[in-house]
Amino acid sequence: MAADTSASAAQRAGFLNQLGRMYGIYTGGFLGFIVLIAVLEQLGIPNRILGYLFVFFTLAVYAIIGVATRTAQVSEYYVAGRVVPAFYNGMATGADWMSAASFVGMAGTLFLFGYDGIAWVLGWTGGFVLVSILVGPYLRKFGAYTVPDFMASRFGGNFARFLAVIVLVCCSFTYVTAQIYGTGLIASRFLGMQFEIAVFAGLVGILLCAMLGGMKAVTWTQIAQYIVLIVAYLTPIVILSSKKYGVPIPELTYGWAIQDITAREQEMLKAGLATATNLKPHVQPFINYTPLNFFGIIFCMMVGTASLPHILMRYFTTPSVREARQSVGWSLFFIFLLYFSAPAYAAFSKLEVYQNIIGSQVTALKPWLFTWGELGLIQICGKNAANLDAAVAACKAIAGHPGVVRLQDFVINTDVIVLSTPEIAGLPYVISGLVAAGGLAAALSTADGLLLAIANALSHDIYYKMLDPNAPTIRRLTVARVLLFFVAVAAAATAATKPSDILAMVGWAFSLAMAGNFPALVMGIWWKRATTAGAVAGIIAGFGLCLFYLVTTRYFPGAGVKYFGMDSLLNPVTGKPIVDIAKAMALPNAMENFPTLAHPLANKVGWFNLNNINCGLLGMPLGFLVIWVVSLMTKPPSKEVQALVDEIRKPRGRTVLEEKT
Amino acid sequence: MQLSSDQVHWKRTTRLMFLHLFIWLFFGYIVHMFVNSLNQYTVPVLNFPLGFYMAAQGSLIVFVVMLFVFARQQDKIDREHGVAEDD
Repeated sequence: MAADTSASAAQRAGFLNQLGRMYGIYTGGFLGFIVLIAVLEQLGIPNRILGYLFVFFTLAVYAIIGVATRTAQVSEYYVAGRVVPAFYNGMATGADWMSAASFVGMAGTLFLFGYDGIAWVLGWTGGFVLVSILVGPYLRKFGAYTVPDFMASRFGGNFARFLAVIVLVCCSFTYVTAQIYGTGLIASRFLGMQFEIAVFAGLVGILLCAMLGGMKAVTWTQIAQYIVLIVAYLTPIVILSSKKYGVPIPELTYGWAIQDITAREQEMLKAGLATATNLKPHVQPFINYTPLNFFGIIFCMMVGTASLPHILMRYFTTPSVREARQSVGWSLFFIFLLYFSAPAYAAFSKLEVYQNIIGSQVTALKPWLFTWGELGLIQICGKNAANLDAAVAACKAIAGHPGVVRLQDFVINTDVIVLSTPEIAGLPYVISGLVAAGGLAAALSTADGLLLAIANALSHDIYYKMLDPNAPTIRRLTVARVLLFFVAVAAAATAATKPSDILAMVGWAFSLAMAGNFPALVMGIWWKRATTAGAVAGIIAGFGLCLFYLVTTRYFPGAGVKYFGMDSLLNPVTGKPIVDIAKAMALPNAMENFPTLAHPLANKVGWFNLNNINCGLLGMPLGFLVIWVVSLMTKPPSKEVQALVDEIRKPRGRTVLEEKT
Repeated sequence: MQLSSDQVHWKRTTRLMFLHLFIWLFFGYIVHMFVNSLNQYTVPVLNFPLGFYMAAQGSLIVFVVMLFVFARQQDKIDREHGVAEDD
């Protein structure tokens, strides 16, 4: 960008004001809408209709923004014209970042794992430090449209580009499938749609946002989605906190809730409602993960953050390198608002469950519980609690059952925690509908970003850069849109089959991105001596090892034990193996390939007692080592490449890569 | 040999990077290795066990603050060496 004159500075201030006004009106309108629904509820409108209103109103708003911001310009399609101010890009990144897993799953994990679950909170926040100090601003200065663009320019052309595209597609596709699955899950539970239909309905929402306007449309929609999701996440716990402790800031009051939980845990032990083996004290560390796996998850999620293409490309959209850096700060601030509330969410729901369900008479169970029990998400006495009679019968069938719900009698699916907390606490239905709309916003916004990352890599890197470098603008954009459509349909079709590993896959995406991208990105920027051969070898070795470990431990555990010296993972508390390898290997299906999760060894073997989510911990160091060794063995990079590296280290001046538009 | 302004700029940038990398390492990992000893203390008023608090909130607050501080420090370095963008 040329030197700013005062005229263009004034223009930018006007743009900022206009943005502030627009999103201010939008937020006010959304809050007004919530009040309207609350009034309708009091008038006796049925819950099902309120749910539909919530979902369709929000989807319509996203679609309108998506259509209104359509574009025919390449730079707007790929990087939103590089005009997104730091503050707003931070909000968009927040929505891009926080997926169904963060919104729906994380509080549930914290509910179940207590302290150990915080590994995810730490891992999914601290990575932004690495984005800012190591990678993001330099890529912004470089001026790429995609991450593979950078790899190609720094590491001598299309082979490096092609490898980077493979890494990008592998990690983004598994991730996007999980998001579409989440969309289907929420829509089917709250609207009563069939799951498969709900998946494709979600798909339409995603396509309306992303297809016409690319990155530009996705940016402005994600900001709108962030506002919905943060309001939806905070509302129920703010209400709970004021009700219980008289202070509407749950993040400050849940220390008391934790103290109450610890006291209640002791009480439950004394009353025989829980045993020392099934009660996992909420604040006690390292009883669900070993310290190695606890810190491994933190590390992999953090480094994965700094390697995931759909996050890095958000920082290509700011007007300057300076704003890219500030924008990382704003991103983490907006993410932080949700993440430091999640442990509060978990603590409040746990306290409700421990006080109101555990220890109550089976016959006195509340009706909300059975709507989840019907879906198989809450079990009482080992059976799905479809209705009161079923629960009572199930408990009667247990010899010597005292007739009150004990800790071991109550099993809740972790995804239910956030969605059901309003009901657990007896809040009106409007809050439940709001939470569902928030979950949808989280899943849709992340899916938009991921789909765009995949489709852009295919259309820009594979089609335009590798196959047809002379393609005119119109054809490039058409190809981009068509590819986006097909990738989206493929992801929805995969999600509709309900693959069993969906949540683990999100963790894998981080490890794969970390092993494949991180060493080459960091060495490419910070070490001029890194050569093409080094980077190519490093990506193949690091990504390959990570992928091998994942696939072997998950799909070929028998072969892993027999040929690669893998052993059982260990129980974090007792230190004993979690499966008896000798016995499992003697079974007839031990060497079966692609076994289901029921296979006795799937996900339960490994090297060094390392969980397969942490496979990046093996791949990334190898990647660095290989890049270093091979680079030193080959000729230093050319003068031009070294000049390129010098150029991206200085914010001033034009972007290195100038795309024709 | 006299270092050029660009070289000094990069040296200072690198030093700043390592400084923040260390703070990240400390609050991301090192402090949590002592969670059990820290849990013996309670955060006044808020009533959290300290080790739990550091993981659930303390470290996150540090990360947010350090990102804004980093943006400011790096910008200062860029300006002093004349490689910052125009405002």
